Amino acid sequence: MATARREELLKQLKELGSKTYEDLDQSKFPEFLFPSRSVSNIIYDPKLKQYILDKVNVKRSSGNIKHIRPFTQMLWLAYFANRLVEQGKTSTLRDAYYSSQADAMEFVDQAESDEIITDLETVLSRAREEFKIYPEERSAIFGDLTIEYTVPRFEGRRLNLSSHPDGYLIGPSLSTAEFVDTSAEMVIAVEKGGIFTRFVEEQVEKKYKAILIDTSGQAPRSTRYMLKRLNKELNLPVYVMSDGDVYGEHIAMVIISGSANAAHLRDLTVPTAKWIGVWASDIVKYRLPTDQMTEADVKRAQELKKDPRYHGGVWQRELDIFLKIKRKSELEAFSKYGLTFIVDTYLKEKMEEARSL
Amino acid sequence: MVASQQKVTYSEISPSEFFYRNRDLAGFSNPSRALYTSVRELVENSLDACEQFSILPEVTVKIELAPEGTKAGEQVAYVLTVKDNGPGIEAKHLPNAFGRVFYGSKYKLKQSRGMFGMGGTMAILYAQITTNRPVTISSCFDGKTNHVLDMLIDIQENKPVILKHDTTTADGTGTSVQLTLMGDYFRAGQKIQDYFKQTALVTPYANINLVDPDTNVISYKRGTTTIPPPPGETLPHPYGIDVEALRRLIKQTNEPTLVKFMTSNFHRVGEKTAQKFLAFAGFEGVRKPKTFGNEDFVKFVNSLPQFEEFLPPDASCLSPLGEEIMQAGIMKELAPEFVAMCVRPPSAYSGYPFIVEVGLAYGGSLIEPGIKLLRFANRIPLLYDEGNDVAYRIINEEIDWKRYKIPQDAPIAIITHVCSTKVPFKTVGKEYLADRPELERELKNGTREVLRKLAVFVSRKGSMEFQKKRMNIYGKYLPLIAKFSTELSGRRKPPEYKRLLGSDVAIEPGSESDNAISEETAKEVTDALAKDQAAAAKSKKKVVGEEGEKIAQQSLEEFGDSS
Repeated sequence: MATARREELLKQLKELGSKTYEDLDQSKFPEFLFPSRSVSNIIYDPKLKQYILDKVNVKRSSGNIKHIRPFTQMLWLAYFANRLVEQGKTSTLRDAYYSSQADAMEFVDQAESDEIITDLETVLSRAREEFKIYPEERSAIFGDLTIEYTVPRFEGRRLNLSSHPDGYLIGPSLSTAEFVDTSAEMVIAVEKGGIFTRFVEEQVEKKYKAILIDTSGQAPRSTRYMLKRLNKELNLPVYVMSDGDVYGEHIAMVIISGSANAAHLRDLTVPTAKWIGVWASDIVKYRLPTDQMTEADVKRAQELKKDPRYHGGVWQRELDIFLKIKRKSELEAFSKYGLTFIVDTYLKEKMEEARSL
Repeated sequence: MVASQQKVTYSEISPSEFFYRNRDLAGFSNPSRALYTSVRELVENSLDACEQFSILPEVTVKIELAPEGTKAGEQVAYVLTVKDNGPGIEAKHLPNAFGRVFYGSKYKLKQSRGMFGMGGTMAILYAQITTNRPVTISSCFDGKTNHVLDMLIDIQENKPVILKHDTTTADGTGTSVQLTLMGDYFRAGQKIQDYFKQTALVTPYANINLVDPDTNVISYKRGTTTIPPPPGETLPHPYGIDVEALRRLIKQTNEPTLVKFMTSNFHRVGEKTAQKFLAFAGFEGVRKPKTFGNEDFVKFVNSLPQFEEFLPPDASCLSPLGEEIMQAGIMKELAPEFVAMCVRPPSAYSGYPFIVEVGLAYGGSLIEPGIKLLRFANRIPLLYDEGNDVAYRIINEEIDWKRYKIPQDAPIAIITHVCSTKVPFKTVGKEYLADRPELERELKNGTREVLRKLAVFVSRKGSMEFQKKRMNIYGKYLPLIAKFSTELSGRRKPPEYKRLLGSDVAIEPGSESDNAISEETAKEVTDALAKDQAAAAKSKKKVVGEEGEKIAQQSLEEFGDSS
């Protein structure tokens, strides 16, 4: 299946090049047409439960003096991506920025090249990870899951992801590996490395037959892609545990419904994932040590209240409670009741609650 | 009321004495202004003299501290020497030419810098009043002998008093005047230098040198050897006649009839016009002019402006600089990137003919943003009271600058030159022009024309720069596009893209907010693009039942931020 997608992508890139070539050959200015990512064109799709792009298209024409530079940059990126995919290599966002200089292309800064990368994602309707460009973010996985590498040099080699207590980096080779075997019955994603380590130490993977994932804050797209695959390919339910504040709530939401920034992409969401904590109501219930919410926190909560992804259910309710108590707590706050409390008591109670929903 | 009780004595005063009592009027109000005015009057005499004989002027002005340094408070005595290569003055006229107020060669009606040739004498008078030193005048008329006079003016008698008369050998004609006066170069220096710079602009056929008290030499070299033809003399136009002028004309005429009197004494009046006018005014054409009484004078003069059939004065008596010379002056002194000129057709006010010339300089060495106004009248720079001048008001209030799409703060100099047999100065100081409607109209039209020329230049330059910029950008990116698309599409030979670099292929103009592109053009382009995009979106069937306008609007926004 992965191979088919790869072939499809290479075909797409070739078509892009051919169309440009033929336009030039016929003395026409080549152009790209792709959906607009401006805020006014991002709408929420209740069926997909994620943000998507609406119907407005942008034309980027090399015949327009203001567009020719980004047009060329985008074509260069397609050319660069084509090489990566053909040769089975990967590049980081930063690598892509520097590589441009080898081809006499220039970007003012990495922000500009990142923007063009997102443009190409939109043109191809593919996540950059598919054309082998990854961010530097670190996110880890641990649990009884055997994978088989598909990347060159490691092809066919297998690994069980419970062999190393620090977990494994969710990088390009892991994201593209085939899943061979697992005894896991669920996936638990936590926001923080510290809690991830605690969960490994407390053998949560055994107690709950779980695969553990450290999202390191807002889950990177490769991690979201991984979560999606675990959910879809292995039929594992996904549970998310994040800090007890509006940002924590949003980390869970992005895993479930995606982000507006990736409205041009699919396959990055797990609509069935469950946010199990830390809820605002948990802060009250467990009498957790708290901090005062800042003004920015309050403003963010009010914004999210209007967000269509937050309509109804636990999402609105918890935002209301945050705004009412004006307090927030971190996952570590449970240490007040001893280091194992979070696993022995809190996780247990929340999992029961989640299952009963 | 009490006059009858007082003994009133009446006594005649000479013109010299009149000036002595009223020197403030003529620009000698303080040492700084007096030094400036003296320099100016003498330089203008020199230039007038040279031009009258079509001699390319060489004028040297030297300002030195007087040797013994006569001091009175802050006042310092200076020795001012102005030397020219003009025709010189015959020895017998020399004392009166400089030693007597109202003894000039400039009494007839024609265009010249000074009106009556009294400026030079006033400078001498002022020098004498403040330092009691004689003036030294040296002049050579025949090209061989120099007559050198030391003289004073008897103010009460309005008569020169010669102290010494020497002769030396000379190597060409010319006149030199040296006087010692109280001045203030510290304060006047800047104005004097401005005066020289602007004089150099309006007299580009002259070599002018200034040696300041620190013996710095500032030279203005000539930029052309073309000298405007000297103006002719002219008869007074009927519209400019007053009772006193008529009385004088009749007093000296020998004509037997009024018709003949009019045709030989008035500008552009022929027999038919004279007869028509006399009938209109109620005089017999055959009447003897000498029989005119007081009432006749008044009736005659009052009828003149009511008669509409007098021909307008012609401009043969005027000597405008002309486009070529004025442009040479502007290029020489301002070195701009662009010059535009407009010489207006002759016009007249109150029977005095005048011609307005307007020049415009833009960019180049002119770097100070904003509009600089340089005013000239009969080739005299007007340096004072700019704010009161009609040209100032026109530029700042009457001209609608937006019409010309000239970038704000563009470095521009506007040069106005009014030449006339009688320049309508508002005051005796000869520093600014009055708001005569005829003059205002000509200045306004002239300014508008040079601005139109500038607008064309700016927009052409803008589109040329835009083309050049476009060529650079396309020359850089198109080969890259060709290279990347060749590899991406798996081909070997690059596509034939070079035709796209040629000018024969229509290229969508960019919408960059370049100053050079007019707002209308920009709007047209963006509108068209928005329409294109809306159409493209529609044809892709991505637009489902949306109003086209909304899409166009959104595309437009996107177009704006997608780069």
